[in-house]
This record gives sequence, C-alpha cells and structure tokens, in this order.
Amino acid sequence: MSNNAEIINVTIKVWRQDGPTSEGRFETHQQAISTHASFLEMLDLLNESLNDQGHEPIAFESDCREGICGTCGVMINGRAHGPQKATATCQLHMREFSDGDEIVIEPFRASGFPVIRDLAVDRSPLDRIIESGGYITVNTGAASDANLTPVPKEASDQAFDAAACIGCGACVAACPNSAGQLFTAAKIGHLNLLPQGQAERWKRTENMVETMEEFFGSCTNHGECSEACPKEISLDFIAFMNRDYLKAKVKNRALTGQK
Amino acid sequence: MAQTPNQRYRVAPLRPRKKSWPFPMNIYQTAVGRKWVMALTGMGLIGFVLIHMIGNLHVYEGPARMHEYAETLRTLGGGLMPRGLVLWLMRLGLLGMFGLHLHSAITLKNMSGNSSEEATLIGGAKKYAGGRQHLAANYASRTMRWTGPIIALYLFYHLADLTWGWWLGDKFVSGDPYHNVTQSLSSLPVAILYIVANIALALHIFHGAWSMFQSLGINSPRYNHLRRGLAATLAGLILIGNLSFPLLTQTGLISEDNRECPINETTGLACLVEQAEGH
Repeated sequence: MSNNAEIINVTIKVWRQDGPTSEGRFETHQQAISTHASFLEMLDLLNESLNDQGHEPIAFESDCREGICGTCGVMINGRAHGPQKATATCQLHMREFSDGDEIVIEPFRASGFPVIRDLAVDRSPLDRIIESGGYITVNTGAASDANLTPVPKEASDQAFDAAACIGCGACVAACPNSAGQLFTAAKIGHLNLLPQGQAERWKRTENMVETMEEFFGSCTNHGECSEACPKEISLDFIAFMNRDYLKAKVKNRALTGQK
Repeated sequence: MAQTPNQRYRVAPLRPRKKSWPFPMNIYQTAVGRKWVMALTGMGLIGFVLIHMIGNLHVYEGPARMHEYAETLRTLGGGLMPRGLVLWLMRLGLLGMFGLHLHSAITLKNMSGNSSEEATLIGGAKKYAGGRQHLAANYASRTMRWTGPIIALYLFYHLADLTWGWWLGDKFVSGDPYHNVTQSLSSLPVAILYIVANIALALHIFHGAWSMFQSLGINSPRYNHLRRGLAATLAGLILIGNLSFPLLTQTGLISEDNRECPINETTGLACLVEQAEGH
C-alpha cells in the first residue's frame, strides 16, 4: 500500500430507482477521486456534485462506516461488498480500483429485499428471523455473577465466530437462490453453541428456519454466501443448522417445554 | 422509516407458513427438510449408479457371463423368493427415490426462483442487471438444474433402449443384454448420446456427493477436507466406467465377432447358459 494518494478517474454505472414499484435504470457518472478515499466517500463526493447540479443524490445506506454495523452493502462489479475479501462496503477503499475503471453499483437483490430507493433495500425480513428465535429468555432482576455459567473454550470460540455476523444481507445478495441460510445459521449457531442458548434450542431452530423460508430461497450449497461475507462466516454453520433442524423436529419437546 | 402498527411488517412473507402436516411428513414441508430428502435419496441413487456401473463391467467377460449376471439379478433371493420379486422391489425403491429426488428438486427450484425477482427460467438462479461474479460456485453446482433434467431424459431413453427395446425393434433380444448393448452402442449417434449424458451425470454427482454432507449436517473438521475428494472420486469412477462402454463398443473391443451362440430368445439363451456353466 503506497502512502502517496493518487487521483484516479472512474466511471460509475449506478442503479437508480425512484421507489419500490418504479422501473429502475443504470446511470453513468464520472468521478475523480483520491485512492485514499473510501468507497462511500467517493459516493458522498459524487452525491455532492449531483446536488450542486440540481439532481437527486444517490440513495445508499451506511451508518458506522467501520465495518461492524451491517448497514452498508451494495453489489460492486457483480460482487457483494466489492472486490476485497472479508470487507464491508464501507471499509473498501478506492485503492482497490485503477484509473479508468468502470464500477457497476447495484443494490442487493432478492424478493425478500425490496428496493426502497436506488441502492437502499429493505432488509427487515432479517429482523423477522431474529424475532422468531434469535434471543434467549432469562429472568431479569439482580444481575448474576460474571462467569457464573461455565462455557467451554471451544464452544465460546465457535459461538464468537458465528456472532461476528453483522446482518448485512450480503449472503442473501450473493446467493444465486436468494437463500438466507448463512445469516440464519450464524444466528442459530451463535446461541445453540452456548449453554445459555440450550433451553430454547429446538424451538429456536425450528422457528428461525421456518421464518427464513417464508422470505428466502432454498440453499444449494454453492458457497457464494461465505465468500461474500465480510465476516467470513463458515458454511459449517449451515451444516450445523441443518442437523439441528432435523433434531428439533424429532425431539420430545413437550418434555423441555418447547411445544 | 417510522413504524405504525399496521406497517409493522413492511415486507410481507413471500410464502406464509402452512398448516403443519403430521410428523414425519412435516419435515418434507420445509426446504431444509426437503434437502434432507434430496440428500438421502441422492445417496441411494449414487449407490445404484455405482453398483450398476460395476455390474455392467461383466460385459467385458463376454455374452455368456453377461447373461448370467442378468439372470442372477432376476433370481436374487434364491429359492426363497419368486423369480424377479427382489428385483422388482429394488426397482420400486429406486423409482420412489427418483420420484422424491425429482419432486424435491423441482419444488425447491421454484422456491428459489420465486425468491428473486429476476431469476433464470430453468436454473432459477438470480440475475444481476450489471452481471455478477461467481467466487465459490463451480460449473457443476451452477448446472445442477440443467444436468438433472438431462439425466432424467437420458434415463427414459436408456430404459426404452435396453430394457423395453423400443428403438432396436426386431434386433432387441430380451434376456441377452450383451447383444442389445453392442447393437445399441455401435451406432455413433447413440454412443454420443450416452457419452454426453454420462458427463452430465458425473457433473451432477460431483456437486451432489459434496453437497449432501452439508444438507445432512455431516460436518466435522476431522474429515471435512475429504469431502471434495470423495465426490470427485465417485464422479470420476462412475464417469470412467460408464464412458468405457460406448467408447469401447465404438472402437470394436466390445463386439459380437467372436460370439459362438445364435442370437435369439430360445436356443440362443440356452446356449449362453450352457457356456456360462463351463467356467
């Protein structure tokens, strides 16, 4: 990585869509940008010039801009979150591109992710999946002692890997089937691996999988999701979820109060 | 976006949950359960294809031994079972597995296709207007929904060719598989059809045999690295074995030049039985 910023000229081919039901189209713009700028800063500058010219700025989502909130996310040159592996769109920098490049920007696509405007999509189906079981139930009151519940190191490590999921929806976007498996598997895996998650394990697995299937497609084990994931969540969690799902179906759940 | 009570679900479910069927049928109602069925039936079908290929290697031992192998299949179970019963039971099992594999595949493909506004008609894969890059999906995984129908059509052709004898007509001799195979595969267009179909089959197995471990949740760091190799080995073995039949018939290694028995369903078959007894 060079310390010297360069100015590169890029052609931006960006998806514009006025509303959920309007017809979308590509729009082409030129932008000169420093290689030290982030991808979203490049869009900010482009929006400023669009604004100055009296045009509508491009709608896109971002929040923390440090790769942990999962708000940003667009398809850049046919890849979710762009060309750099394990990097959310906001952490992508223009040094990944060269002078004269054409950059195609499209929203994350899936029927479960309707376009709100331009590059912003409604990812609330992911919230529906969380609502249906992505939690544990505990009595509130006096806080219990820290480290009261022993957690095996391996379980804690694995659960942490799953919990790294920021819920950006890149897995759904990258999936040719628009399946929500990697997101759901990460959330299920995170809780099902920990002692705190055991009480509701089977109910959670069944509910979250079946809610996922209300909105998203069916996994065919391509592995595109894991490649696109900014947190590199492993496909192993999908296998774990598939196994837990069948176990959930055959468990005597009346006995664990999970009817 | 502000949420008002009636706007709570901004995105309506594409397919609201249906009333649950009684256990264990409810497993088949969901995509994850259907993938279990697809993986298990796929495993059974791979087993069949492998055994079918190995059994057909008897063709290299000549018409008599090939006839003996076919007879053995019909008389499985020995004196305990009526002739052909075990074979028919296995056929019914295969038909059931094939039906379930096909039904789950078609319905899941439709589910995936409906989950993207822009999806290809046959493959059901999502399209991006600006194009997309595949990073992990290989040729085999992306063509599953093409190789599948090709295999199904080929299966029909293959049954009509060598089980029912539709295309061979008078040249088809029931109970003499060696003769039927050489008659059928010595025609160049037929040989090409078998070769193309078996390449599709190998591609299908290359992804399927890997994918089933994921679908069944058979996953352990101890042997995860073996899964790709296993799928490649299975697909490779089946490909080599199955391609050898059309290729070697075309090059003349499998032929009826040295045949001693007449070709018909009466004296011919009796002669083959006599020859096989000699070994």
